[in-house]
This record gives sequence, structure tokens and C-alpha cells, in this order.
Amino acid sequence: MVSARDEILGRIRAVDRPAPSPVSRDYERTRHAGDPVELLAERITDYQATVYRTAARELPYRIAERLDGRGRIVVPPDVPREWCVPEVPWLADAPPLTVAELDSADGVLSGCAIAIAETGTIVLDAGRGQGRRALTLVPDHHLCIVHADQIVVSVPEAIERLDPTAPLTFISGPSATSDIELDRVEGVHGPRTLEVLLVT
Amino acid sequence: MGRNPVTWLGSPTFPDAARDALGDTQLRGNLRKATTTIRGKRESAVAELGDWEELRRAGESVKDDVLANLDTYLERLEAAVTDRGGVVHWARDAEEANRIVLDLVQAEDTDEVVKVKSMATAEIGLNEALADGGVNAIETDLAEVIVQLGDDRPSHILVPAIHRNRAEIKEIFAQMPEPPTSDDPHALAEAARKYLRRKFLSAKVAISGANFGVADTGSIVVVESEGNGRMCLTLPETLITVMGVEKVLPRWQDLEVFLQLLPRSSTAERMNPYTSTWSGVTPGDGPQKFHLVLLDNGRTSTLADEVGRQALRCIRCSACLNVCPVYERTGGQAYGSVYPGPIGAILAPQLAGDLHDEQAASLPYASSLCGACYEVCPVRINIPEVLTHLRAEVVEAKGKRTPEAMAMSAAAWVFGDRRRYEAAQKAGSLTRFLARDGTLSSLPWPGSKWTDTRDAPVVPKESFRAWWRRNRG
Amino acid sequence: MSGPRVALFPTCLTDTVYPETAKAVVRLLERLGCDVDFPLDQTCCGQMHFNTGYAEHARPMARAYADVFDSYDHVVAPSGSCAGMVRENHPNLCAASPAATRTYELSEFLVDVLGVVDVGAHFPHRVTYHPTCHSLRMLGVGDKPLRLLRAVSGLELVALPQAEQCCGFGGTFALKNAETSTAMLADKMRCVQDTGAQVVTAGDNSCLMQIGGGLSRMRAGVRTVHLAEILASTQEEPWVATP
Repeated sequence: MVSARDEILGRIRAVDRPAPSPVSRDYERTRHAGDPVELLAERITDYQATVYRTAARELPYRIAERLDGRGRIVVPPDVPREWCVPEVPWLADAPPLTVAELDSADGVLSGCAIAIAETGTIVLDAGRGQGRRALTLVPDHHLCIVHADQIVVSVPEAIERLDPTAPLTFISGPSATSDIELDRVEGVHGPRTLEVLLVT
Repeated sequence: MGRNPVTWLGSPTFPDAARDALGDTQLRGNLRKATTTIRGKRESAVAELGDWEELRRAGESVKDDVLANLDTYLERLEAAVTDRGGVVHWARDAEEANRIVLDLVQAEDTDEVVKVKSMATAEIGLNEALADGGVNAIETDLAEVIVQLGDDRPSHILVPAIHRNRAEIKEIFAQMPEPPTSDDPHALAEAARKYLRRKFLSAKVAISGANFGVADTGSIVVVESEGNGRMCLTLPETLITVMGVEKVLPRWQDLEVFLQLLPRSSTAERMNPYTSTWSGVTPGDGPQKFHLVLLDNGRTSTLADEVGRQALRCIRCSACLNVCPVYERTGGQAYGSVYPGPIGAILAPQLAGDLHDEQAASLPYASSLCGACYEVCPVRINIPEVLTHLRAEVVEAKGKRTPEAMAMSAAAWVFGDRRRYEAAQKAGSLTRFLARDGTLSSLPWPGSKWTDTRDAPVVPKESFRAWWRRNRG
Repeated sequence: MSGPRVALFPTCLTDTVYPETAKAVVRLLERLGCDVDFPLDQTCCGQMHFNTGYAEHARPMARAYADVFDSYDHVVAPSGSCAGMVRENHPNLCAASPAATRTYELSEFLVDVLGVVDVGAHFPHRVTYHPTCHSLRMLGVGDKPLRLLRAVSGLELVALPQAEQCCGFGGTFALKNAETSTAMLADKMRCVQDTGAQVVTAGDNSCLMQIGGGLSRMRAGVRTVHLAEILASTQEEPWVATP
């Protein structure tokens, strides 16, 4: 008996297929933005997320300001030591937290791989300071640190910089839905609050 | 091979279904509101990009490359996913795909799965097949929850419950253990969150579709809004993804085109809230078992149609539904398929593959050929061209003996010769005797289809050509 | 005459049912210095057949169209949908014919070929313009008809809400999906009436037949007048309503 695989490939090969045409790529690969940091902040804010700007040396102070009194905060095991300010009760993902533990936490702190200014998007690649995907998903509050040198302007620039084999999550604002009368409302299954600390 | 469930068994033909839908004023109000809102927003989202037309052309040409080299890219995708620890399955049709998925679920020793919204699994009727096998499939996308709890059918590709307004949704959600406190969209979203939270946290198996599958890297891409997708793609131990074969993309780089085209066309956002990509299995992160089911179900036969194959470029954005004047008035259920609207009118009959079926054969006629769909399509599918092409196939399937075919033959015979045409003009001007007060308000069938709601023009005594001959000849 | 030699393709519908439109095109083009001819062997472009799924019947019609019009410099049709049928679909139905590429919808011919926007017309009425789908999307005439209308003396142009929505005609669609077609028409008529216009105009008599048929049934008191008739109307020879 012919396998489904062979039959499907056979059906495709039996078709008198269209001549392959060259892929047209005359769209803009890079885009100019006067101030990419400002653009990113503006676009993230459009999604009802909150953006705070800070100088690098003030970062620990800002983290404490955002998270103090918020409860227990999940943190990937490899975040920079200075992020873990003493005011916050941290829940390090080492050993890995259970789903129930993540669900009972009050928030999560993470870094990111890159951010796309034009679309107000933060991309996580499970790399340094980000942890596995569940960490930034289950807790209801996500504080994300973005450094100015992680910002690209356009989507093509972002795709070029990302590692396709890593599990990637593109985040553009808090979870939302357009399912009720095709209008966007924030706050469904993912973190309902997204805060971004932009380090310049 | 069984009947293809892409069109719903027992659905009336489009004109009959449309007649019922047009009488539903609530439905028409809901649709008008939703489509008007999204149309305006899409226009501004698109206008922000100065290179939108170039992106459309790129989208079109990447998809054409996919269709031209589909076998190569599928084999490449299979190899990449397998290399990264995934298992690839192939399904010729709905029945085979459903069987594969059911077996995989049962192998995990569970009777409940969580699902990310997926057109492919809706097309093959997976939920019903799983139910028959004793597995409860829980939809987690808000609109799908509305459809599932309302025991309803989908009416839109992106927002299957677009035909429901907030008040109706509140009614439907009343059966939840913690029902919404009001019909405010935030309250409705909150109710859905509570309803599904425990399911997400405990599910062993998740089922998803795929927006794209990148051949080079084995990356599967799911584009969503609510985070239900991330929940399903991340928390369960086993993930099963059902993907139509045409969803493969050649290169990672191609995503830079589609991640711009899709969100702006579908929800009219610069970017949708969440996009997840993964390649095979990542140790310690997310599902440790990954199955990819590659689905044909009529796609290869659609590929064989030189004109019709462009429907396979579709990225399921729904922009064509939102601008369609027919869809706006009849709603999606009238199309009798999970694929409604202009794209449904060309995709559903092609996937179903049987134009002798009255219902499927009525779909290509569900359009005034106004062309609004083609104008907004992010991958430039010339929907009006495919519609007329499929109409020709319907005509061929029905044969030459239908009243319409005979009337068309007669008309062609008249137009084939000037003298016959002029004789018919003279005969036509006799209709003047039917007109009272200069208006013609009732004609026999099929002219009555016109005069039921509109007056017919009275044919003047003298045609233009008669005047020309008299004055200029 | 020294002006361009133009063949008129009024379309079968206008020839038979709306002769005043065709006469208006002749008056207008001659006023603008064209040498207008009406080749009597013409019949139909085949649009109805093609769009309904009878491309095989449309094929000889496309061939005949080429035979009739190939020897002319320009062919002008007061119909976006028929001009669109000829230009977009005839090349696929019969071997390359010069007539297909030289066929223009009236407003395109005036603005692009003759290079005029002010055609010296006078039409002292309040008018709203419906851009027909095929002129808008298939031919891409853009704002040419509106530019022509703005230059008409005495004419008060009022914008039509949701102008780009189809009127619901769609050829045999109006019969095959009569209820949906009527629903689309009802919305179009509401928009027309909201403008308070006395006249609704368009570049296609098939759409005007739909809109006019509905308005007449409603006794709405709004007339449909083809764009050509407005542009042909002058102080000396004003447009008169046909019964």
C-alpha cells in the first residue's frame, strides 16, 4: 500500500505546476526612525502597556519601585544579579517551578532578546534572563527589561537577528482579544498587565 | 474516502441560506457594526506602511514559490522537524487526519485535550471525530468558546462568533460555573479566563493549527491574541499540530513579510499580541512530545487547477470577509462551510472537489464580483477571477440542458449576428406595452426576480443604432 | 475632421435600453473635436456570459469585438464594466487584439486621452456620484469622473456616503441572489437619499438600472442620469429628462 506521504508527494509531482517565479523583495528591509527608543515606547503604550524609562545605574531602584509590595515574583535563574533587589520576595525557577507554583506567583521579571520599535513588540527567545516560556506566561503581571541596544526598528531587522531554532515569543502588549464585536479588549489568558522598563 | 466535511452536510444552497439570514435583523446589525469597525481600522493600519504594495507582491511571490516547489519544501520541513525531535505524519484527507490525531491522543491516556483555534482542524471536523472516539476537545479561543458553548457554527475565519454581540455572549456564558457579571467585554474576557484557567494548567495534550511552517528551520508559527495559544503550546506535555500542506514557507526570512501582512490585514493591528514559534522539541521548555500532521484534504487537487490554485496562497486573515458586501449582509453561516466569505466561495468548493453538489456549486455565485476582496487581499488572490473560473466549471458540471444554459445559448446565438440582435431589440421594445405609467413593475419569471423589488426600465421605441442609422447612416 | 477617430461602443444595454446615453456620448465627443463612428456590426462584449460561467459563449463575442473595432485608434464605452470586460478578459478569450488595449471607459478617455477635465458642460442640479465597482477596481479610474463633474458649471456635487460599496447589481447576481442584491441596493439607496441629491450619476447604465429601478419603486424622487448625459448637457442644449 502506498503511504500517505508518498501519495501526497506523488499528487503534487503529478501536477503541471506553475513556473517558479523569482521572489520579489523590494519592500523596505530597514526603516528609519528618528528615535527608535521613543518610537518603541510610544507603540508599546498604544497597546495599553506601561513603559518606564530609566538610566542603567538606576535600574535596580526602578525594579524595586515597580515590584515592591506586588507579592512573590518569578525570576529566571540567570538574570543579572543586580536585578534581584532585596525588597522583592523572588521565586527563582531553579529547580523548575511547578505550574501550580507559577500560577500562585504574583508576577514575573524577565529580560528579552530584542524589541521591534515600529510594532511595539518584545521578543523573548528563552535565552539569558528570560527563562523557559511558561515563566512569562502563567503569572498575571510581567515586568520586562529592554535595553536600548536590543531595539531594532523594523520586522525584517528583527527576523534577521533571531535564532529560528529557539522557542520564540513575540509580545505586543498584554493579552487581548478582538473576538467581541471585532474590537480589541485587553486581558484574557496571558499576563493582563505588561510593564516595560526601557534602559537607556 | 468519505465526504469532505469542509462544507457542512445538509446545508442549503447559498441563495436559500442567505434568504433566511437576511431576515435576521440582529445578525445584520451585529455584522454591520463589526465589519464597519474593522474596515476603517485596517485601512489605517495598512496606510502606515509605505511599502504595503511591495509587501503584498512579496507575499504573493513567496506563496507562488511554495506552490511551485511544494514537494521540495514539505520534505525539507519534515526533515527539519524530525531532526529537532518532532514526529511528522501525513494525512490524505479529513478521515485520515482525524484518525492520526485520535490515536495520538489516546496514546497519551487522556480523554480531554485543549485546542488552539485552527481552521484546519475545523475544516476536518476534528472535534466531532474526537468526541466519537471518547475524547473531549475544549476550544480555548474566546470566539470558539462562544461557538462551542452556544452549540453554534462558526461564521467568520478570524472571529467565528462575529455574528454574536456582547449581550448574546453574556447569555451564552451564563452556563459557566462563574458566569460574567455584565456584558462589558472586559467582564466577558474575565469569565473566559476563569473558565479555562484550570483546563490549561492540567491538560496533558494540546492540539493546534499552524499559520506557517518554515521548511529550512522546522519552525512552526502560531499567531494569536489572547494567550490561549501560548498556554496550549507551552504547558501540556504533548502538542499535536495539524497544518495544511500549503502553509509551508521556504525560508525563515519569509516570516518578515507575513508577520507584517497578517496582523494588519486581520485584526488591523501593527502586531497581534502574541506570536509563538518553535522548532521540534526544546528540552526543558514546553511540550516534550511534538507531532506535526501535514494535511492534504483537497489541497493537491486544488493545486492542479491552474487558475484556482491561487486560493492556496490564503493566509486566513479574513480581510476579504470584512470588506465583502455580500458577507456583510448574509453572515458566514450562509456559506455552509468553515470558510465563508469571498475566500470561502473559492476555497470551499475547490477543497470539497464536487461541483455536482448543489450547495458547493452555489458558492462561486455568491458574489457581485465587485472586487473589494482582491483589493485588500494581502497575498493578492484575484478572487473575482477564480469565481468566474469556478462558475465556468459549475456550468460544465451541470451540462447544457439546464434552463439557464439554454437561455445563455440562445442569447449567445442572438449576439452572434447583427441582424438577429436587431430583431431581438425590436421584439424587446414591445415590452413598452407592459408598462403602466412609464414603469415596468412586474415581469414573469425570471424577470420577476428583478421586478419583485425594483422597476424594470422600459425599452424605448427607438434603439440608439436605429437613431444612428436614421441620422448618420 | 482632424480630431481623433473614435469608435463608439455604447454596449448592448445602452444601445437597446438607454439610447439617450449613447447620443450624449456622440454629442460630447463631437463637441470636443472627435470624429465619432458607430460600427453597426457590434453587438455585445460577452460580459454577462463570461461572468456567469459561459466563457465559451463569450469567446466568439470577443473575437467579433476585435473584428469590428481593431481598425480604430480608440474605442470609447460609457460603461466601466464592459470596458473592463474588454480590457481585462478579452485578451484571454481571443488572440491579442489591438481593440482590447485601445478600449476606454468614457472618463478615462476624456481625461487621459483627450486631456480635458472641463468639457464645457452645464447641469444646474444637485448631484451625487456612485463609483461603480468595475470602473473603480478593475479599470482604476480613480477620481477622474469626480474631476469631470467638479468642472461642470451649475452642478452641486454632494459626496455619497459609503460610495465604494457595491450597488448589488452584479449582472446575473441580481437574479441568482435576488434577496442579497436587494439588501445591498437598499443600503445604497439609503445613502443616496441621505445626500439630498436630485440626481445620482455613475459611469455605467447597468448599475444605474439597479439603483434607478429601486428608487423608482420607492417613488424616491431621485433620478439616475448617466455621467455622459451630464457632461453632454450645456446651456444651449440642456439635458432633458426622458419619460
